[in-house]
Amino acid sequence: MKTLLSHAPRLGLAFGVALAAGLLAGCEVPPQKSEQSGYRGTGMAQITSPETLEKIAAANGIPEAQPDADDGGPRAKEAYQNVQVLGHLSEGQFLRVMTAITEWVSPEQGCAYCHNVENLADDSLYTKKVSRRMLQMTQAINTQWTSHVAQTGVTCYTCHRGQPVPANIWFSDKGAQTAGFAADPSGQNAPAKSVAYSSLPRDPFTSLLMGKGQIRVNGVEALAGKPGEPIQSAESTYALMMHMSTGLGVNCTFCHNSRAFSDWAQSPPQRVTAWHGIQMVRGLNNDYLEPLRTTYPAERLGPEGDAPKAYCSTCHAGVNKPLGGVSMLKDYLKELSPPKP
Amino acid sequence: MAMLSFEKKYRVRGGTLIGGDLFDFWVGPFYVGFFGVTTVLFAALGTALIFYGASQGGTWNPWQISIAPPDLKYGLGLAPLMEGGLWQIITVCAIGAFSSWALREVEICRKLGMGYHVPFAFSVAIFAYVTLVVIRPVLLGAWGHGFPYGIFSHLDWVSNVGYQYLHFHYNPAHMIAVTFFFTTTMALALHGSLILSASNPKKGDVMKTPEHENTFFRDAIGYSIGALGIHRLGLFLALSAGFWSAVCIVISGPFWTRSWPEWWGWWLELPIWR
Repeated sequence: MKTLLSHAPRLGLAFGVALAAGLLAGCEVPPQKSEQSGYRGTGMAQITSPETLEKIAAANGIPEAQPDADDGGPRAKEAYQNVQVLGHLSEGQFLRVMTAITEWVSPEQGCAYCHNVENLADDSLYTKKVSRRMLQMTQAINTQWTSHVAQTGVTCYTCHRGQPVPANIWFSDKGAQTAGFAADPSGQNAPAKSVAYSSLPRDPFTSLLMGKGQIRVNGVEALAGKPGEPIQSAESTYALMMHMSTGLGVNCTFCHNSRAFSDWAQSPPQRVTAWHGIQMVRGLNNDYLEPLRTTYPAERLGPEGDAPKAYCSTCHAGVNKPLGGVSMLKDYLKELSPPKP
Repeated sequence: MAMLSFEKKYRVRGGTLIGGDLFDFWVGPFYVGFFGVTTVLFAALGTALIFYGASQGGTWNPWQISIAPPDLKYGLGLAPLMEGGLWQIITVCAIGAFSSWALREVEICRKLGMGYHVPFAFSVAIFAYVTLVVIRPVLLGAWGHGFPYGIFSHLDWVSNVGYQYLHFHYNPAHMIAVTFFFTTTMALALHGSLILSASNPKKGDVMKTPEHENTFFRDAIGYSIGALGIHRLGLFLALSAGFWSAVCIVISGPFWTRSWPEWWGWWLELPIWR
């Protein structure tokens, strides 16, 4: 006991040094970059670490566009069989976009990832049916959702980044099905990247990015007259916002003035774009992604048997403008927009 | 103002840090000193500038008056008077007034031959303020990161700056600071109630002794920290609360730019359960 006590100061010092080193190791070293987004002194600013930005930029490289193809000659639907979506392209353009898709989605696996190489028109592989639907989805995004994607648009690469299955996708997660003291009814308390490792519900998406859940938890009067939304709604809203923030690499003040989260008049304009994004993702999940459940083999489905779905980080990957705002679509306008009537 | 008979004994010359005998006198009960004069000058100028700013701000509603810092684009330079320059001058006045007050306390301590515990304690509060309006803005490269001087506006700033890190309750230093704040109130409540229970008896009862106080806590929890110890503990708890508050804000931005929940990644990565 005595010897232990006599070592106490030295042990304390060692512990202190270890603690300080540990804390510093978790740091981002100044100077940082900051950008003001509201009136001066309101604390509305984006503070970012140049080091972190570099890492993100490195992870967001863009492949070069395929050489242009001639618009003349027979249409793809005449030259090939079973071309349901891209039939309006010339043969050259059709081959060009097929080459690009292979580079964007299955660079290692090649054409055979989707096609029966004996008969390219054959629909026997599920991947071919899924990609057809994905092409339709891409065309729909680029024409019907310009409120969110503007003229920048999206290509397969926006989500796929050279991988057959995009890195950032989600499945329904009901949480651990335990009972009693360890019950986890709202899917909390198991750290998940989707909600920035907070103790908020880790699947706010099933309700808010697919179901009919509403993001309306703020009271609309100064003194609450009637009971407001339950705390669970506030928690899933907060959880979704954690995802949006980390998915876009921005903080809450990018879209909100936190003195009145719900007030559009006090919010930066980015909030409007984000609102359209929520509507868009909800539409894509309901109209395109979840209905593919029956097309996928079992190993592509989630633990609840649902299809893989999209959320903000699926395209954004930690950047507020996906791929740094560079439009890859401009090189594939004809291919990735529906045929003009 | 009347002076108590024994007070004269303590009103001695000397102990000044600056100015010699020049300001070494009292006005009524108040010791003046060089730093008393500078306190008054800085405080008067700062307050007058706040009123001037308010007169140009479009409202006299005391809740809504706000003197905002400059835009971030001015960096660490001077801003035009009505675009944050006022905030910069008022900040200089505030730091001047607070530091003068602390140094005046030092002079009084020296006159009385006392320890510097009071000015030291006050310095921790000044340090917390300076962290907010000088150290952190300098580390982030712009005065615009300071907080605005206004009742509602500074709360809006606190809210937004908290949300810059998505969920501020995950800030480890904030956790420590909050714990110290609550522990301070607990220690003060235990101490205050204990002293009153012993030294404020019913009419006709005798006053109890420090031994009663010690015995109460020995009976209750097996240990009494003692009459001197409780004040050491109280000071430590209170200063730690202020100190860790300063730490929690100075690391937010200069040393961590992402969400605070994500900072805890190292915990999830510990080899024990990774």
